[in-house]
Amino acid sequence: MSDNNDEILIEKVRGFEDVKPDKSSNTALLLNEQRDLTEPMTEAEARKRMGSRSRRGFLVGGAATLVGVFGWRWMGDDTKQALLRRTFQFNEKLSQIFYSPARLAPEFPPEQITAARVNGFEGMADEIDPAWRLAIGGLAGRVDDLILTLDDIKRLPRTEMITELKCIEGWSTNVHWAGVRFSDFASVYLPQTVNGTQPDVKGRPQDLLPYVSITTPDEKYYVGWDMPSILHPQTLLAYEMNGAPLTPEHGAPLRIASATKYGIKLIKRIGRIEFTAERPRDFWAESGYDWYSGH
Amino acid sequence: MEKQLEKKHTLALRWLHWVNFPLLVMMIWSGLLIYWANPVYAIRIFGYELFKFFPVWFYDTLGIPQRLAEGMQLHFFFMWLFLINGVAYVIYLMISGDWRALLPVPGSLKRAILVTLHDMHIVKKLPPQGKYNDAQRIAYTSVIVMGAGSVITGLAIYKPLQLAWLTTLLGGYGWARWMHFWLTVSFVLFFVVHVVQVILAGWSNFRSIITGHEIVDAETHQPENRPAAQAEAKA
Repeated sequence: MSDNNDEILIEKVRGFEDVKPDKSSNTALLLNEQRDLTEPMTEAEARKRMGSRSRRGFLVGGAATLVGVFGWRWMGDDTKQALLRRTFQFNEKLSQIFYSPARLAPEFPPEQITAARVNGFEGMADEIDPAWRLAIGGLAGRVDDLILTLDDIKRLPRTEMITELKCIEGWSTNVHWAGVRFSDFASVYLPQTVNGTQPDVKGRPQDLLPYVSITTPDEKYYVGWDMPSILHPQTLLAYEMNGAPLTPEHGAPLRIASATKYGIKLIKRIGRIEFTAERPRDFWAESGYDWYSGH
Repeated sequence: MEKQLEKKHTLALRWLHWVNFPLLVMMIWSGLLIYWANPVYAIRIFGYELFKFFPVWFYDTLGIPQRLAEGMQLHFFFMWLFLINGVAYVIYLMISGDWRALLPVPGSLKRAILVTLHDMHIVKKLPPQGKYNDAQRIAYTSVIVMGAGSVITGLAIYKPLQLAWLTTLLGGYGWARWMHFWLTVSFVLFFVVHVVQVILAGWSNFRSIITGHEIVDAETHQPENRPAAQAEAKA
């Protein structure tokens, strides 16, 4: 050892009794870390033993890498799509197990309303029909659609909320909505039940048809909702936004506003609502997005 | 000179370490596919944009644009594997006692600075260490905390209604997304430093994370993964 020895603080550590470094400065001793060493041997012997361990380690590691990389690459697109779709469905099931309509998204004071953003024009290419009506299918006690005017909707209890609209792209804005809670709407225009019993929207929602299909008048945009999310107290059939009637680009005359799902599910310019037993088709789910897309 | 074989990493630890690598890669890759749809973050100083995440050439080179749906599919698949592997790693550390080599202890920060200065060839001093030096202790513990942070901030973005309390606790949806992003950047920085250090530490050290063992000198009992320190000790 040379004379700059005192500059070198590296010590023999971990369980070697012949050296006792100052305990306070030795991390290994502080936590009683142990070493796992073989008996001393010649360098040739050590290299030999290491060599056989190396071969085994690298062979197993290499094989695992090949299986992983090529397994993923060679998996057919159909298989991969099915796997990923099933994962979406698994996540959806799990979300629904823990779902509670009692949990609410935060609502904000008026000064926290942010600039509105327009995104999505599907299903709104035509001019709004001045004779617009809302059609509702799947109602209890009837087979044909019920036709409502906007005034019929506005007669229902009015609810306002300032909630955060979250776009699936990643941005969000705070919007002041006014309309009727979908659950209030469905309490008046009763959906059919799965077992033909008298519908009780607030009391026994689990007996109702499990899905809702909503489409634009031209049927070019369409979304599917699960019944629990659409009956959430923060899901509205909205006709006002930020203190004024909906503008065409924001979905006049009637749209969904909700804190329970991404903006892709908040369909604008609703033409028809149908309660259904089948999982409805969904515009963006057909392009690979999560059908549920629930928060 | 007499030699000894030292067992550095158990089989379980090696698998957990290597399985994590592709999982983290897939999480970051799918995260990029998602982030592209709303790429709002940048490094700004006094309003001047130093670096935008990310420049157009970056997306184009990697073929990232217009793959949001695919990104979400992958992200919400691999998140399970990433979570399971991470939880398994933490349980492993607790059961095996390997946490002893990993957790920072009083004085770790001071010695970690010394280690860093040593690595930058500014000081010769190298504090005593166990399996890992104090800079490693801090880095390897931080990366576990970062993993937990990614899961927590990720959940806050994923379920901002059902987990509204969590999202609110993190300062809201926007801030949770911001944290989730910067944690990812931190993972990338960790990865870069980690790989550079592994290259500097040499083949014997790298081999030990694959085979589990390393040849050490029986005479000095010094860990061979610090060639610089050894060279000095022999001087």
